[in-house]
Amino acid sequence: MTNLFASVAVIASGGAEEMPSVLSVPIDELIIGLIAFFVVFGVLGKLALPAIKKTLDERTNTIEGGIGRAEAAQAEAQQVLEEYKAQLAAAREEASAIRTQAQADRTAIIEEARNEARVAAQAVTTAAEAQLAADRAQATASLTRQVGELAVGLAGKVVGVSLTDDARVRQTVEDFINDLDQQVAR
Amino acid sequence: MSAEVVIASGADCHLMSGCGFPAPGAEIFQFDAVWTFHVGSLDLHITKITFLIILISVVLMAFFLYAFRKPKLVPRGAQNVGELGYTFIRDGIAREAMGKDGDKFVPFLFTLFFMIWLMNFVGIVPFLQIPVTSIFAIPVAFALIVYLSWVPLGIYRQGFIPFFKNMMFPPGVPAPMYVLLAPIEFISNIVVRPFTHSVRLFANMFAGHLLIASFSVATFYLISASVVGILGSVASFAVTIALTGFEVLIQALQAYIFTLLTAVYISGALKAEH
Repeated sequence: MTNLFASVAVIASGGAEEMPSVLSVPIDELIIGLIAFFVVFGVLGKLALPAIKKTLDERTNTIEGGIGRAEAAQAEAQQVLEEYKAQLAAAREEASAIRTQAQADRTAIIEEARNEARVAAQAVTTAAEAQLAADRAQATASLTRQVGELAVGLAGKVVGVSLTDDARVRQTVEDFINDLDQQVAR
Repeated sequence: MSAEVVIASGADCHLMSGCGFPAPGAEIFQFDAVWTFHVGSLDLHITKITFLIILISVVLMAFFLYAFRKPKLVPRGAQNVGELGYTFIRDGIAREAMGKDGDKFVPFLFTLFFMIWLMNFVGIVPFLQIPVTSIFAIPVAFALIVYLSWVPLGIYRQGFIPFFKNMMFPPGVPAPMYVLLAPIEFISNIVVRPFTHSVRLFANMFAGHLLIASFSVATFYLISASVVGILGSVASFAVTIALTGFEVLIQALQAYIFTLLTAVYISGALKAEH
């Protein structure tokens, strides 16, 4: 038997072929051990283990994929919630703006209507006053004239003299009426 | 002489018959060649050990090829068992020692662990009854494979000079200490390591097998129609059973230690230890 290591026991026992040291390394056993390892390593490493590695990786992916999908779904739900909240806030804001606008519009409309009414009333008042003044002036003039004519007629009848177209008579009547006005004013 | 021969002859040799205790020795680890053939000047002896190595290789390949033939995402049966082994090597040894880098060494560590474990295990299988790893050449073969893997790997990954520099001059040591430390590191890593690696496995399996054999022989040696004979024989038998149970633990532990050390050596080769 070929030994790699010097076998003390073999030498001591007189080199008995039957009884080499337990620490001897017969090269044939060494070679068989090496061959066996490489054959098993080759077969397992090439044929058996890649399949299980692939499966385990796939399983990890599946589990992590499941977790990923759940996370994605959660994120989506969160996003939808955010959007909804944003929309709600926008809607609220819009409603508030509309209310404010309406308030403003109402105030403006009321103000406008009031102004219009005031202007219209003013116009009516002014027109009425003008009309009144005109009527009064007309009435006064007419009355003055008629009163003058009546008074002159009356006086003419009383004194028997036609006083119709006399400037002096007209002056007298006017003086009288002025005196009358002053008495009314007083 | 094989172990069976010793035990068989022990059955005729009793304490009371004035026969000395036929203590089993190195001869129980020697097996006759059933077949010898020549390759050049080399004699190849086919022994029980050779058969066991072939048997273990075939069983190992057959089981894992069967278990992983069509792996399913949801495992059942043999795949479950195989996966347990695979994830144990990947998570418990490769990633433990090297992190994610360890993944590409899983097939190597896987083959090492299961071959060594089965080679240990046949030590307690009836009729096989010899741990293949108690034959020194076998742990030497494995240690050699590991040694010839991590040293070139370290040189390849780190470069020739940095590989030895990182090994012999670990950082964080006062400069004068390197006079002492550098030779020690070199000898312990490059010279002694393959020996401790192989001898640890060999010696454990050798001693365990020798103990079981001794108590088995004692069970037959002591047996006789007397109080001493019965008590002694029963006690020896009980110890044999207990040691066999203990061996199951040692077999798995030694395979684990051998593989874990391999992973640690490779890890050290991949990047400088700090």
